[in-house]
Amino acid sequence: MSYTVLVFVKQVPDTQNITGDAMKADGTVNRAVLPAIFNPEDLNALEMALQLKDRYGVKVVVATMGLPAAADVLRQAMYRGADEGILLTDRAFAGADTLATSFALSCAAKKVKYDLILCGRQAIDGDTAQVGPQVAEKLELPQIAYAEEIISLGDGKVVARRAIEGGYEVLESPLPAVMTVIDANIPRPMAARRIMKFKRARIKSEIVKEHADANYTDDAAIEAKMAELKDKGLLIQEWTAADVDADLDRIGKAGSPTKVKAIASVVLTASESKQVEATEAGITELIHELIADHTLG
Amino acid sequence: MAEKMGNVWVFIEHEAGKIADVSLELVCKARELADQLGLKVEGLLLGDENVEKFVPTLYSYGCDTVFMACDKRLEPFTVLPFAKIIMQLILEHKPNILMFGATMKGRELAPRVASEKRCGLTADCTELKIDDFEDALSKTVYKDKLMQIRPAFGGNIIATIVNTWDDPQMVTVREGVMKMGAADTSRKGELVKVPVVLNDVDTVVKVIERVREEKTVDLKGAQIIVAGGYGVGSKENFKLIRDLAEALGGEVGASRAAVDAGWIDHDHQVGQTGVTVRPRLYIACGISGSVQHTAGMKESKKIIAINTDPNAPIFSVAHYSIVGDLNVVIPQMIKAFKAKA
Repeated sequence: MSYTVLVFVKQVPDTQNITGDAMKADGTVNRAVLPAIFNPEDLNALEMALQLKDRYGVKVVVATMGLPAAADVLRQAMYRGADEGILLTDRAFAGADTLATSFALSCAAKKVKYDLILCGRQAIDGDTAQVGPQVAEKLELPQIAYAEEIISLGDGKVVARRAIEGGYEVLESPLPAVMTVIDANIPRPMAARRIMKFKRARIKSEIVKEHADANYTDDAAIEAKMAELKDKGLLIQEWTAADVDADLDRIGKAGSPTKVKAIASVVLTASESKQVEATEAGITELIHELIADHTLG
Repeated sequence: MAEKMGNVWVFIEHEAGKIADVSLELVCKARELADQLGLKVEGLLLGDENVEKFVPTLYSYGCDTVFMACDKRLEPFTVLPFAKIIMQLILEHKPNILMFGATMKGRELAPRVASEKRCGLTADCTELKIDDFEDALSKTVYKDKLMQIRPAFGGNIIATIVNTWDDPQMVTVREGVMKMGAADTSRKGELVKVPVVLNDVDTVVKVIERVREEKTVDLKGAQIIVAGGYGVGSKENFKLIRDLAEALGGEVGASRAAVDAGWIDHDHQVGQTGVTVRPRLYIACGISGSVQHTAGMKESKKIIAINTDPNAPIFSVAHYSIVGDLNVVIPQMIKAFKAKA
């Protein structure tokens, strides 16, 4: 079987480690000040794809939209077992809400041969869970949300178990299909052998920058380097809006119907955290305080 | 004068012969918004022929109209035929606002519909109100728009979102945040039966097996939750957690690690793959505080964390941090509470 599984992943600010000015005045996220991590449920989606690779020998292509720095999550996916990476990066994609994001991703999907698309249920920066179903709709494909496990893949269909409120369903869908994956598997660690190989994987922007850092900007040399990496399976595709024929009115801010009117910070819980001594006196005082403010009793 | 606004719509969710509470909460909220705007509240009721019995209830909570689509292919819920019928109704009636519960069904259905309609959708709203909005860039003023208020960024911010494109203004709204008013059984409404036209392509996804159990544990409704994690150490020791919950009049929760270890049933699991809770008090005992767990409890009004590891991430969301052994601390809490209460 020569199926290809396309996995959409996202590099997200680590919302568990919020510090300082996480939000800009215009209400958008100041990603620069936060550590960037692989969105947790996208790791579950990748793991599901890699299990299909183990079982059926599918090809796993990982794609993301983001700044050039998001190439990091593609490399991390390769360290775990992904075969190829695609980075969708362009200023025109910036400021996108879920509608514009799903449109951009669907344009990229149309440039790839795939049989199944997997993505995490939701990203921890927005928690909307909207992009997966919206990508499915944009590609006019069936969707299976909240997938826990793929039971079988073959004969042009996928059978999967997915969570529902209070239980589960086993659904069968023709391929291609889009599935959103929940935290129901344990992502495999990065493989040392693959790190050794794929740490050299690059997008074009990185090659250009490395040449510039070496005071060396010969176009022919850059082309040669790209060809060399491509031969070794180490070239990560870097696509612009034009490369995926994305209509500029439907991506980025222009393609986003939702606007942020206001942002209010929730006072960081850490700053109001109170240390309670683990002594009888400390615990008793705490309980009395909670009774007094009607939290208890 | 612009053309008359479309109405306020609520997607009516149901399971096992019962309307979801969140749908009735939304009908009540829709009533409030519709009265403010001079509009009607209209419910979208899709399912097999058994759903007609819900109609009087929907009127009694505030629906002026119920659009009802009955077909055996609409039971159980699958996303494609539901999306198709809702899309057809939107094109025909042009609602101003369309609300879904932020349930598992609502969160997979609403984005599919919003994508096809090419309109905005704000997920997991916790507050909705009507206000004017001036787009700072275009200087355009939009009158009487729906302010869609939601926590974002891991709950660290509260964002007010406005949908400036063509209606409907679509939202999913969290369960339990809008107040369910009292039913008025004297209220009447209009039932509109919607013809169901589905093609093969709408029913390609087959439900092979469906297993559901009514939950025996009501974590969502609990005001006090005492939750245990891997630090509890054993199945036997989980008795401590139950004892504290019982003493305080709360429910027992658990982290995934404790559930995976087989110490407690999955129905008790709090977090991304379990239940999201917002009680008045959440006591996390021996829970390290993974992102997956904290996502499901960090909006609790007060959080007490007990952990032997002073660096456990759970402390970053806790209002009260107790670095200590739960085997010592919990009995002290029970004793202190019983002495005072």
